[in-house]
Amino acid sequence: MLKIKELHASIDNKEILRGVNLDLKAGEVHAIMGPNGSGKSTLASVLIGREGYEVSGSVQYDGQDLLALSPEERAAAGVFLAFQHPVEIPGVGNMYFMRTALNSLRRQRGQDELDPVDFLSLAQERMKLVEMDQTFMSRSVNEGFSGGEKKRNEILQMAILEPKLAILDETDSGLDIDALRVVANGVNALRSEGRAMLVITHHQRLLDYIVPDYVHVMAGGQIVHSGDKDLALELEANGYAGLTPRSERAAQVGVTV
Amino acid sequence: MTAVRVPVRSAGGVLADLKPKRDGGDPGWLAEARLNALEWVGTHGFPSRTDEDWKYTGLDPILAVSFEAAIAGSGPRVTADLISTASIDLGGPRLVFVNGHLSAEFSRLTGLPAGAVVTTLASVLAGSPDRLEQFYSHTPGEHHAFAAFNDVFAEDGAFIHLAPGTTVDEPIQLVFFSDTEGVPLMSSPRSVIIADADSRATIIETYAGINNDVYFSNAVTEVVLADSAQIDHYKVQNEPVTAFHLALLDVQQARNSRFSSRLIMLGSSIARHEVRVLLDGVEAEVSLDGIYLPQGEQLHDNAIFVDHVATNCTSHQLYKGVLDGRGHGVFNGHIMVRHGADGTDANQKNKNLLLSDRAEVDTRPRLEIYTDDVKCTHGAAVGQMDDEALLYLRTRGIPLEAARGLLVYAFVQEMVDRIELEPLRTQLAKLVADRFGKRDRPVEP
Repeated sequence: MLKIKELHASIDNKEILRGVNLDLKAGEVHAIMGPNGSGKSTLASVLIGREGYEVSGSVQYDGQDLLALSPEERAAAGVFLAFQHPVEIPGVGNMYFMRTALNSLRRQRGQDELDPVDFLSLAQERMKLVEMDQTFMSRSVNEGFSGGEKKRNEILQMAILEPKLAILDETDSGLDIDALRVVANGVNALRSEGRAMLVITHHQRLLDYIVPDYVHVMAGGQIVHSGDKDLALELEANGYAGLTPRSERAAQVGVTV
Repeated sequence: MTAVRVPVRSAGGVLADLKPKRDGGDPGWLAEARLNALEWVGTHGFPSRTDEDWKYTGLDPILAVSFEAAIAGSGPRVTADLISTASIDLGGPRLVFVNGHLSAEFSRLTGLPAGAVVTTLASVLAGSPDRLEQFYSHTPGEHHAFAAFNDVFAEDGAFIHLAPGTTVDEPIQLVFFSDTEGVPLMSSPRSVIIADADSRATIIETYAGINNDVYFSNAVTEVVLADSAQIDHYKVQNEPVTAFHLALLDVQQARNSRFSSRLIMLGSSIARHEVRVLLDGVEAEVSLDGIYLPQGEQLHDNAIFVDHVATNCTSHQLYKGVLDGRGHGVFNGHIMVRHGADGTDANQKNKNLLLSDRAEVDTRPRLEIYTDDVKCTHGAAVGQMDDEALLYLRTRGIPLEAARGLLVYAFVQEMVDRIELEPLRTQLAKLVADRFGKRDRPVEP
């Protein structure tokens, strides 16, 4: 579904991504771990089309050149990012926002729009996944939400928009253990055959709840190790410094380092 | 009356060649007041950019046009559809003026309780003109040349008188429509609203016209509130971009009266809306809101003067501007707290969103305080669209233009929400949303 080849990205003449290679298939959950400044969030930004980066290399998504698409076209193609820092938008109601988003996607895909009543029942059903009540929907988008509420709101959007490729950027940051459980349950409920997920996290903790198929370690703008879920445990025990380059696991999943 | 041609000392322009057309019909005091006003304009000229209050608003494009004073009965293209498109029919009393003169055909006076007089200035001038003497007896040029010019030419407009204790439930709609194909016309509507003690009404003024017509609305509305009266005033300025619009809303408030003004500025090439409020009785309250949305080459100027004379009065101002293209906005808000106006609570806020690097806004919130026991705040902000919010919306599939529209709408949403009158709020939400995004119209929470 997603093939990233030799992806480089720089901002203000500073190279952040230095040749990222990654291959995600439908149904797979990949985790990317790595220390601060390793380029994890930049990878997410480049994949959703944030402006300001000089980008080279290739990203093929469902047979399309993802880098040639605008952010909204990427969304229509099924790419979704759960933001690390969701934006507050005073004056735009959460319910209205999500219905507008869904209908924008449906329009771009040539589908009929949902009217407010149909949307409401869809939203109510999906809200259960992240244990949100309807008061969230009548508030402005993320305005005055706690850290945990913002993250749940991201997962709710994912549940409503039903992307094919979901990128979760530090979704666990700032969450207490209860909120983490709620968010992780929501994400797990959305795992499916046709959907790939890229879970970016700084801590192994999240991966106890969202168990990935593959774990990649990013450092210095590259993926330096790949392995299965046990790699996360190894990292937890030994830290990033304890890893030898090009581990056996990386070779197993065929990642070019 | 013999037309008097007055030389204009400064500013120049053909406007001053206009002559009042009423002849003989005016009582002596009115004829004299009109002459005095005309002479005042001749002596002092029109404001120029050297005047502090007009610093940002060049009037040359208005003065360059050879306008004729509009007469009653003109406007052949006006239809009921045009009127209801311009101003959604709320079903209650409605006066429609075409080129500044009543059009009985489109007007309706129903739903009025005993104690409420809703009629026209022309009929009062014809029947009992002396009731209007106080409104013409001010010093000529007390405000500025355009208000004086209105004195010279005003023949019609709304006249509303609420007897003590009268409440008008239905909003009173005043529609000022222009149809001036071919000949540039100046209309000078003058409306007078007198609210006696404990009376209450909602009044909506709408200004609109036909696209590509060149005309000049020079409007004055005067509101006098007696003790504990309450008037909620709305104004929708949606003239075509070929038109000019200068207006003065002059308000006097007695003890414990309440006045609110909600302004929506959409149209005109050059538009200026001036509000002057005299808080003359204790514990009076005034709330002034406005949104102005200039784009293209439009100029929207807001001048506000709130004069705190009595003690324990409250005034609030919140104006928001969204400026696109080469649009130019002005907020010139002045709060005066006179000596002895203790217990004054006054605040003033102006916020602007610039959508283009060629748009301009000049904001001047001013406080002038001559007493100690006051609570006054003011502030102004000018900002640009939040790129992070824009990206967020786009990653959810909302196309760039719609996302921009949504954020602009969010910025003015607060103002639209303050419009309590439901059908009007929906209509204005649509007008505003249509301006900034063709689809994804946010008309509900």
